[in-house]
This record gives sequence, structure tokens and C-alpha cells, in this order.
Amino acid sequence: MEVEEVERLPRLSRVAVCGGTHGNELSGVYLVRELLKVKKKKKKEEEDEDGGAMSVLLVLSNPRAMQQCLRYIDTDLNRCFTHACLIGPTLDKTPYEMRRARELNAMLGPKGSAGAMDLICDLHNTTANMGLSLITYSDHDWICMHIFRHLQRQIPDTPVRYIHYDVTSKESYSLDSVGKHGFAMEVGPQPHGVVRSNIYTTMKSGVQYMLDWVHFFNSGVIFDGGFMDVFTVVKHIDYPRDGETHNITAAIHPQLQDRDFCLLRPGDPLFQTFSGETLRYTGSEPLYPFFINESAYYEKGIALCLARKRRVKIPSVRVQTEEEERQNEQRYTSEEEE
Amino acid sequence: MEHVFFPPLSRVAVCGGTHGNELTGVYMVREMQKQTMDKDGPVSVTAVLANPPAVDACRRYIDTDLNRCFTDALLSAPLTDSSPYELRRAHELNAQFGPKGSKEAVDLLCDLHNTTANMGLSLILYSLDWITLHICKYLQSKISSPVRVIQLNIPISEVYSLEAVGKHGLAIEIGPQPHGVVRADIYNMMKKAVDLTLEWLQKFNTGSIFEGGEVEAFTFAKSIDYPRDPTTGEITAAIHPQLQDNDFKLLQPGDPVFMSFSRETVKYEGEPLYPFFVNECAYYEKKIAFHLAQRKNLSIPTISVKRD
Repeated sequence: MEVEEVERLPRLSRVAVCGGTHGNELSGVYLVRELLKVKKKKKKEEEDEDGGAMSVLLVLSNPRAMQQCLRYIDTDLNRCFTHACLIGPTLDKTPYEMRRARELNAMLGPKGSAGAMDLICDLHNTTANMGLSLITYSDHDWICMHIFRHLQRQIPDTPVRYIHYDVTSKESYSLDSVGKHGFAMEVGPQPHGVVRSNIYTTMKSGVQYMLDWVHFFNSGVIFDGGFMDVFTVVKHIDYPRDGETHNITAAIHPQLQDRDFCLLRPGDPLFQTFSGETLRYTGSEPLYPFFINESAYYEKGIALCLARKRRVKIPSVRVQTEEEERQNEQRYTSEEEE
Repeated sequence: MEHVFFPPLSRVAVCGGTHGNELTGVYMVREMQKQTMDKDGPVSVTAVLANPPAVDACRRYIDTDLNRCFTDALLSAPLTDSSPYELRRAHELNAQFGPKGSKEAVDLLCDLHNTTANMGLSLILYSLDWITLHICKYLQSKISSPVRVIQLNIPISEVYSLEAVGKHGLAIEIGPQPHGVVRADIYNMMKKAVDLTLEWLQKFNTGSIFEGGEVEAFTFAKSIDYPRDPTTGEITAAIHPQLQDNDFKLLQPGDPVFMSFSRETVKYEGEPLYPFFVNECAYYEKKIAFHLAQRKNLSIPTISVKRD
């Protein structure tokens, strides 16, 4: 019988949960506020009993945008975390979100360093029918992938998926990339500026089960490996647009609307023009659509994203012993220097 | 009731983008502007974007809600340097399609809106106007999904919305659709509603007799706000899952209305009424979680065009 190796990974002692990175994605805003209230109450009622297992930092990423219930003030905060954006000079004309990104990088990072948060969970909503999606930059980050599996098992009445953007660490642009491990927890469908109770509950469960998993992991539980589906992003498709005005000339076709993660085949309807014509998918490869009709993506020229689905094997994992951790730190430092 | 005669309705305005992020109307108006409007009939239709800068920015408004600027008082008050953009625009629209209350006003002004609430196709009227009620009845007869008529009983001088500028006015409200999004199914429904409205006008002007009868309507009773934190003013609860998406289903005392972020349920206290605009995004700042209405049957007379 083959004995499967258990991957030993460093303890996750510092976790950050961020909401309001987009100021009008309200589940995360209200969830972080609620968690802050609970934390405050706990501190009043009892001694801070941090047994050293895990500390959770709760962050409202973009307070000014939240105040005005806008996605952003000057520029999309969640595109400001590339290495280039983070190390640039801060001048008078630097957009608000660029400055804020640098603040968050100092608080939760610095990105790529040994001092960064072990895990960042960034809370988002989408107008697309995406259930609960974990969005990451890796298809071999066993921490994120085990958390995903745990959520999938614990939240059976909501579809839970794992989306992978194949982007290097340097080019990764979102807040969750600041941590050693990180993902965006995207829950939809919910209109921006609205809070739906069921969506809030799903996100609350997602965060709770994630923190539970981290706690179990830190206390030495072995999580068995296995297989999981990973959606790796291939490309996106824009709306058809008027050549002069650049206004869109069609909407997502009714047969595609709300069908995130249902296979899109060549010839399937894609758009319906405002004059009633059907436009079809002309790609050669069947792919899985998601972020179908996300409000914030109209201005980014994205009607939908397309991904390939693969079955990926993940190893069993458990937390490193202190000895192993010390050995690993040396290895991490030399990787940084590479 | 006696048969009532009306003069022909020859000038119609269809407005979209009164709220710049309610996109169905925006794209409908743009499409209508592309087609040649004049068909073989006596009706001239003007399609207009009511709030172009808000449409460009994809926001509800720039300074203030345009659709609250059409009271007699606001339209007659002189503009100053510090007047908000939307107030100026309201004066312009009043000059173009009104003046409100005058003989020169367009015969029908139809204003297109979206809501994040699950209201399907709803038609909003301000008074007992036989023309607009007959249009509602016609749409109800031709569309298989529910078409609800909402009546806000406000004296015309105090009516604050754009459609009050026309001699007859109608708001077509379709949801649920997130603001800043255009859904094909919602667009198709709006197109059908507008086409049927123009079809009715055509029939009316060419002499069809529209039989009277009863139209079920929801008449506005009151609004309920979210529970809020007394210090910060922030909401402390969301619409309860059992109320969410249940616009127009009777709400009884004891039914859950809110669920707080700490999972407590708040129940409805009051007389049995029908909720609508449940969880409309734009109403959070207006301190409205939902409206409540009574259900009534309105009697309308037979009508037809007055032949000179």
C-alpha cells in the first residue's frame, strides 16, 4: 500500500479578514463591522485569551469608498497591489486608493516578506450568479485549496468553487496577494449597494468555517488529500460595442444569464442585441463562464470570464512542528533572495 | 359609469436614464433614437435621456435625485448659481415636455425605471387617471406575467416625479435588476411594455373603444425603515429571507421582516398590508426598507377618443 506523504506547512498564526475593499460590496462591510463588535464585546467580558494559536485582524479596506457607497473614489483599490504599484513614490497627485494600498501593504505585508500575514481573506460580492467562489493566484497553494474543500463540505446548500488566475506573484494585483496565502471570497448574486440576508449568511458561514479550519490546522489535525476541481482562467469576452460611442450594443443572452460555471460550447448563444439579434460564442474550445454580467466589469470591458476546469490532486497536510518551522524559515529567506 | 371621451393623444415622450444607473431605460431610449420614430400614425414619440451626465457616470444622480425635482414649487422657484444640476435639468425637461399643468404639455410621458426589488413589471401612477389606468389594463391583458398597478395618491402639485410633467404620466418600473447592469430578460419586458403602450395609443387615436371595468391597484399606505444604530445611523439588519423577493405578498402582523447581523429576527407589527420596493438599493439613503400598500379595486369607465 502506498503511504501518502503528508505535506507539512507552517502554522498560520496571523489571519486578516478584510471587507469593503470595494465600498459598495456590502456583505463584507457589515460582516467585518459585526465581527469587530463581537471582538470588542469579548474583550470587555473576558481576558484576551489568545492562546497563541491564531490572531485575527479585521480590516475595512476602503473606508472613504464605503462612506459614499461607491466601488472606489479614484481608482479600483483591488488593482493596486502589484509590486510596481506598491513601491512607487507617493506624490500629491497619487490617487487615494494607491496611497491606501501602500498603507494596507505596510499593515498586512509587506507583500513577499517574512513579516506578511499568513492568510488574507478578502470579502467581495458580485452581481453574477457565482454562489461562493474562492479566487486565488495559485493551483498548488495547499492551504487555500484545503480551506476550499472544507467550505465545500460544510456549506452543502451553496455551490462553492475554486477559481485560479494564472498570474505571477509580482503581477498579482489584488489585496489577498499581500499575504503569504490569500484569496478573495466572492459571494453572489447581490446588487452592489444592497445587503441580502441569505448572501450575508453565506459569507458569514464561509468566514467562520475558514477560521475553524485554520484553528484545527494549527492544533495539528491532519487533513486528508484528494481531488478537487479547479477553474483556471483562460480569457474574457467584452460586450459588442458601438464603434463611435463605445456604448454596449447587446446584453448577455437570456440563455447565458445566471449560468455561471455551466459549460459554454461553440455556437451557444452569448449576447442578445438591443434590436433582438442573437450573437453566438465563436471560440473553438468549450469553456466555463463566470463573472457573467458583473456590474463593475462593464467599464473594464468584460462581459464574462472563461475558464478551463481541471481535476487537481492535493496532498494531505498538517502543521509543521516548531523544529520544522525553523528549518523552513531559512529556506523561505533564501527563496526571497532568489 | 358613463362613457368618457378624451382628445387624441398625439405627443408622447419616453424617458430613460432619469436615474443614470437604471440601465434598461437608457438602452431602450438609445435604441428608439436609432429607429425612425415616425410610424404610419398620428402619434409622435420623442425618446430622451433625462439625466445624461448621470448616465455617463453610471450613477443615480450627480447632485440630487432628479426624480424628486418636479413639484410645482421646485419647478417655479428661480434657479441660482448654486442650484443643483438636477434642478436645472428638471427646469429644462419641464420646458421641453411641459410646462407641467399646461395645455402645451405632452399628452403622455412615460418614464422608464429599474429596481433591485423583485417587483416584476409595475406601473406607477399618481392619481385616478382613466387614460393611464386603461393603458395598465391593456398591458395586463396582453402580458401573461403579473403586471401590478401602484397608485400613490398625491395631489398633482406635489407630485415630484418626471412623468407628472405630461398631461398623463406613467412610470414603468421593472425589477429585479442590479443598478449598473442590463439584463436581457428585463430589457425584453420593458420593450414589450413600451411597444404595447404605443400600440394602445395607436388604437385609441384611431377610434377603438376601451371597455371599462375594474383594475386591481396597490395604493401606497406607508414606509418602514431599517433598524439603525442610534449613534452611527448604520443599518443593523437586512430584510429577512422570508420577506426578501416577496413583493406584493400579504404581510401579516408577526411575520418576520428583518434579520439583524447578529441573527435576531424582527417581526412586523401593524395591519396586514402588501409590501413593495422591498430592498431597493437607492432607498437605503432615503431610509426606506420597503413600502406598504393596500389592495383596492378601482372602477374605470369605458373610454374612447373624442371626434371633433
